[in-house]
Amino acid sequence: MNGEWTPGEADVKEPVLRIRDLRTHIGVDGGVVRAVDGVDLAVGRGETLCLVGESGSGKSVAARSVMRLLVPSARIVTGEILFSREPEDDPVDLARLDPRGPAMRAVRGAGIGMVFQEPMSSLSPVHTVGDQVAEMALTHSAISKREAREQAAQMLDHVGITQPRKRLDDYPFQLSGGMRQRVMIAMALMCNPALLIADEPTTALDVTTQAQILDLLRRIQDEHGMAILFITHDMGVVAEMAERVAVMYLGRVVETGGVTEIFDAPRHPYTRAMLASIPSIGGARGGELPAITGSVPPPLHRPRGCSFHPRCAVAVAGRCDEHAPPRIDLGDGHWMECVHGEESR
Amino acid sequence: MTAMASGVLLRVEDLQMHFPGRRGSGGPVRAVDGVGLDVHHGETLGLVGESGCGKSTLGRAIARAYRPTSGRLRYRRTDGGEVDLAALGERALRPYRQEIRMIFQDPFSSLNPRMTLRDIVGEPLKVNRVARGRALQERVAQLLTMVGLRPEHMSRYPHAFSGGQRQRVAIARALALRPRLVIADEAVSALDVSVQAQILNLLARLRAELDLTTLFISHDLSVVRQLCDRVAVMYLGRVVEVAPTDELFARPRHPYTEALLSAVPADHPSRRGGRDRIVLEGDLPDPSDPPPGCPFHTRCPYAASRCATEPPPAVEVEPGRTVACHLADELDLRGAGQAA
Repeated sequence: MNGEWTPGEADVKEPVLRIRDLRTHIGVDGGVVRAVDGVDLAVGRGETLCLVGESGSGKSVAARSVMRLLVPSARIVTGEILFSREPEDDPVDLARLDPRGPAMRAVRGAGIGMVFQEPMSSLSPVHTVGDQVAEMALTHSAISKREAREQAAQMLDHVGITQPRKRLDDYPFQLSGGMRQRVMIAMALMCNPALLIADEPTTALDVTTQAQILDLLRRIQDEHGMAILFITHDMGVVAEMAERVAVMYLGRVVETGGVTEIFDAPRHPYTRAMLASIPSIGGARGGELPAITGSVPPPLHRPRGCSFHPRCAVAVAGRCDEHAPPRIDLGDGHWMECVHGEESR
Repeated sequence: MTAMASGVLLRVEDLQMHFPGRRGSGGPVRAVDGVGLDVHHGETLGLVGESGCGKSTLGRAIARAYRPTSGRLRYRRTDGGEVDLAALGERALRPYRQEIRMIFQDPFSSLNPRMTLRDIVGEPLKVNRVARGRALQERVAQLLTMVGLRPEHMSRYPHAFSGGQRQRVAIARALALRPRLVIADEAVSALDVSVQAQILNLLARLRAELDLTTLFISHDLSVVRQLCDRVAVMYLGRVVEVAPTDELFARPRHPYTEALLSAVPADHPSRRGGRDRIVLEGDLPDPSDPPPGCPFHTRCPYAASRCATEPPPAVEVEPGRTVACHLADELDLRGAGQAA
């Protein structure tokens, strides 16, 4: 392990995951999309880090880079993804593993679990729920089929599925969206992961079902003590779940900090503008919303300098449109990449 | 038939929209199952509820994309007279199709990729013989300007535009014929938050400028709160509560509205989870086999015995507020962001 400073890393006790200068590029017609373009992140043992961003921010590609579940046209160009299942374990650099090799498969099964937005596309339509959940146990531990099925039933019960033994023989299409997401969570928990990566797990769900799933994730985190890397575009979900927040824009983390800091004292112009543009369920209403001008640029037309500068209300001409912004340490694990942090340092 | 108050543009009366059920599964799917609702002239009326509640079907039935199974759509004509849109055949409907227009959720699939903006926005004008040639060109330019797009881009195709810009195109197309009623179905739901605010601001501005009446269908309660004057809440094919926006959010009168509000994620980490959230048990019942009595009684934390047998009528519990709940007068329910 090298001694270089990675922002935020020092503030995370016992990191289960450290990402250093990760760059994941995707080949498309007409060029290369720098979907993840120098991301540094650390997730502490047992904590929830929300990785938040709009479409095109690269948040899902970052998560899939960790799991090494990228599309064939995507490639990790550089960077380290250091994962250690137990505090005393030497960290393994996932970026260097063969995505199809046994080491990476072992990490996916027993080290890191993953839950996706669309359970229907991750569950097999032709196998029963019981077979799919039991499969997780059979692959990663030496037990009998009967034991695996019993463990599957217990896990379904644990994630709040009523009549779990009856549900074992159901196929995914027979379940509601919320139940399918519970099955996904059960599968991810079967091997007691140290880290759960949840990629927009409630985005496709109704608000009352979302509340159930968020409650479930909080409960199992309390009971299992695993860390959660929660990917979302929804600041409401961030407010519900995060201990720390990393805000992504066009492939980079532009601001990181504790959740209360980010909500009460956001510093990056993008974070501030995004929070201000969200209509609220309480408080004042009506009137003009302070919207951010323009939209996220197309992936192949990344602006020079600070990639947010064309939409930034406080961009400095000749500076933000020319030079990459400095990374500013604001103290207490709060840092950002913006020229406007320097004056307050 | 009682007379419509002068401010009512559309009165939905006991509307049913049923679809054939799956073979062997018994009854039809009662997507809209006896809805009564007034849409006032010049208002933005929010229609909220979870997937499967029938809100989109109701919107489409009002736009007469469907022929309602039964019930009335009493519409105030420009001459002050009244017509039941539900009873009209295709030919008789034609003039009203110009007056009631829809905006859909997905600006990527609702715009024809092989048409330029000029064709997309100008098509309704052409088809209805409102304008042609130079006049058409000018009207399209005017519409694009109105929604914040540059008229010189009218020869471009949709793919050249971002999601937010495409939704502006869809809005320009919907407004081309100067409609009296716009039905916006999840019109900002597919947009990123930073763009969503722009489109909400645009809709608010257009409402003021054009004296539009809008039925704004959305699952997002914060968005509805921002934009709408009144809100109707749907559950399993019925409207369970209608109220002015501030009152609905501050003091819901139907237990389902209360549960819906309590499920909305916190706007600040200090208010997370610990608001004694009302977690609804189970899933939405099958709309082809709705429970007897109140449709919500199977999940309602307050349900009494008569709720399982007697369907609650929609009652005006105070001026401007209608609730379909036997217990509306007995319950003291919590609003958004309130602790227990």
